[in-house]
Amino acid sequence: MNVTIIFALLLAIVTVTMAVAVLIVKKIRTAVLVSGVVSLIASIIYLLLASPDVAMTEAAIGSGLTTIIFFYVLNKMRSSDV
Amino acid sequence: MFKKLFVIAIVAGFAVLLWSYLRHYTERTTLNDLSTYYVDNTAQEIGAANVVTAIVVTYRGFDTLGEVTILFVAASLIAMFLKSMGTEKSRNPRPASLILVTAQKLLFPLILIFGVYIFINGHLTPGGGFQGGSVIATGFLLWLMANPDGHAPKGLLNTIESISGFGYVAAGLFGLALGLGFLDNRFLGLGTLGHLFSAGVIPIIYSFIGLKVGAELSNVLHHLNEIQNEE
Repeated sequence: MNVTIIFALLLAIVTVTMAVAVLIVKKIRTAVLVSGVVSLIASIIYLLLASPDVAMTEAAIGSGLTTIIFFYVLNKMRSSDV
Repeated sequence: MFKKLFVIAIVAGFAVLLWSYLRHYTERTTLNDLSTYYVDNTAQEIGAANVVTAIVVTYRGFDTLGEVTILFVAASLIAMFLKSMGTEKSRNPRPASLILVTAQKLLFPLILIFGVYIFINGHLTPGGGFQGGSVIATGFLLWLMANPDGHAPKGLLNTIESISGFGYVAAGLFGLALGLGFLDNRFLGLGTLGHLFSAGVIPIIYSFIGLKVGAELSNVLHHLNEIQNEE
């Protein structure tokens, strides 16, 4: 086993733990942030799996834009009395 | 209780499905036939150093046109729904912090240039239109964070989006008119493999896609930002 595989396995374990944490965590804000971190680590895993094209998309859209769009929608839901 | 049982049953079903797949899993040491064809023939047929770009833009160019169309429809629907909620109301967004405003002034042009670099070099290095466009949208997002009540040049964004969408289809139809096929890249000459001006029309098409995706995602973010703090 070389170093890359061990690093990728560690990242995979962290990703799965974070994904379970999204379901368990009570605050929605924390859940959105943690799901952003899941995408960020997933993009590193894609890079280790030799697909930099997918990694760039995942880093920009998954952890950047999606997180902020979730926050915009959350803010809108809190300010209107649903 | 019943709901939890239901969830556990679904997860168990997925486990069974994936287990039957995992049992027969063996690592591949060679490429399959289709991949071998792409790897062997991309350099002569398409002239792009990045095989992924050659597949996305030329071999599977029609799929990419579909993806761009889906993104366009989604952005139009968001614009339609968020506009009908009524604009021009009083908004008093919280002012951004000094650190964010100062850092944004430095980083915003750099991020834009990096996005443009990614989609112009899409046929040489990893990345391409979609990646570059989303990086540009991230830069625009930083600008929106620093100027929550700023007015983006909406007309400019819409114009860029329309012109690049039209240019993409026009480049495809031009190949068809010259008798090569829809979205064929060879009517411009392939050039030398690995140079910036190579791979025929691929850099032009990817620049159009990058500009279109960047303008579309920026428009979506701007619409979402506009409806904050309305009440």
